[in-house]
Amino acid sequence: MTATGTESALVDDLLDGKHRALARVITKIENRSPGYRDIVSALHTHTGTADVIGITGSPGAGKSTLVDKLAKTYRDRGETVGVIAVDPSSPYTGGAVLGDRIRMASNVGDMDVFFRSMSARGTLGGLSTATSDTVKALDAFGKDKVIIETVGAGQNEVDIVKTADTVCVLVQPGSGDDVQMLKAGILEIGDVFVVNKADMDGAERTVAELEEMIHMRENPAAGLNTGHHGPVDDEEMEQVALDDPDEEVWDPRVIETIATDATGVEELIDTLADHAAWLRETGQIDDRARTRYTEEIRQLIRADTARLLEEVIEARGGIDAFVEDVLAKETDPYSVADELVGPVRECVDGELER
Amino acid sequence: MSTQEREEGRQIRCLIAKVGLDGHDRGAHVISRAFRDAGFEVIYSGLHRAPDEIVQAAVQEDVDVLGISILSGAHNTLVPKIVEGLKEYDAFEDTLILVGGIVPDDDRDEMLEMGVGAVFGPGTPMEETIEFVRENVHDRE
Repeated sequence: MTATGTESALVDDLLDGKHRALARVITKIENRSPGYRDIVSALHTHTGTADVIGITGSPGAGKSTLVDKLAKTYRDRGETVGVIAVDPSSPYTGGAVLGDRIRMASNVGDMDVFFRSMSARGTLGGLSTATSDTVKALDAFGKDKVIIETVGAGQNEVDIVKTADTVCVLVQPGSGDDVQMLKAGILEIGDVFVVNKADMDGAERTVAELEEMIHMRENPAAGLNTGHHGPVDDEEMEQVALDDPDEEVWDPRVIETIATDATGVEELIDTLADHAAWLRETGQIDDRARTRYTEEIRQLIRADTARLLEEVIEARGGIDAFVEDVLAKETDPYSVADELVGPVRECVDGELER
Repeated sequence: MSTQEREEGRQIRCLIAKVGLDGHDRGAHVISRAFRDAGFEVIYSGLHRAPDEIVQAAVQEDVDVLGISILSGAHNTLVPKIVEGLKEYDAFEDTLILVGGIVPDDDRDEMLEMGVGAVFGPGTPMEETIEFVRENVHDRE
């Protein structure tokens, strides 16, 4: 696919390092504006150089402050940084207050830290697509590091961090109960755990608890399938099972930081670098990219076919008429589905026979 | 707005900015919240920002609306700097700039001439401001 007209100009400007073009491309991605697919397609060949770091954790754990200091430290080392901060939006109005920018004080006036707030816009699958496309835009723009920051509260956030090469989970001291809760979800996705606010009471205990849990998850007797491949569907499970004997295992690390005064940030950056190096040495970086692209292609195809079927429904007079018929017991949901998907299936069968 | 529309449609993005030394941001909070409830995406700058910072944020966030809240009377020095900064990044043309706060009538005209979309004084009903944004937000392709 090639971009044309304004899209092509926008892509050229972005690749030339124009901030305005980058900002505009991200808006188009977020809005799913006409032509955004062509833009993302055109950017694809220019991606692959940035280290993508996902940062998640409960609200108030200090994610934004830590991201600010990470960005500052990377800049001091001469590297450029892109940050995507995801905040929730109202399910009722779609409105949102995106408040993380406030804490980016260390990077004020430095355009080489490109910080972009993103709202969930009330969607689940769509947000991860928009986020990964935005990562591509920042990557193609030439950012050395791309940081995705999101509140870790559920599956949605897990999806987003799956677009990262390295996932960093922030934990507050004394959040023993929270940590228990995290066990089931977010804990499984972390490559690096950060106990922020390490000067608070209970930090040591939290570190010990995390280390114990990491130890447990490495114990094969636990029978857990850990790592980045979340059990998405049967096929993927099988794939993971096949990969497992040869799969290199990364020992998650636990780091203590005090983000407000940047204590431990250097160490965290070194650990992130270790993980990035490990990904490259073991070839995991490609495995992860493969998993990501598999997910991405599937998701796009699901969305596209869903949209096609919506059109079929519209062409047949909208869903309401079908609902009425089902309600009147003249037909049933399965029959309706057969009726609507039937023509598509015939078309597909015809295509496959060729 | 349906989920479908929200997924594919246009979302109005606003930056609410506090520039300069004045440390009173209750109004900025109130407007942020009202805009949020109107379905806009609001980025709040926090207190004591320099014009450069506001420009940086407006450009990166690609906002449709930049609301500048000033009570200190320093609008004559601060607003032109922001306008110049936006021009530098080609962001002036499609950003609707609003000034809220205490602005004398004479200065008001000057602001409008400079390219500010509207100046809202104390007591402006929230609906008026929201309606103004909906009607005047710049079209983008």
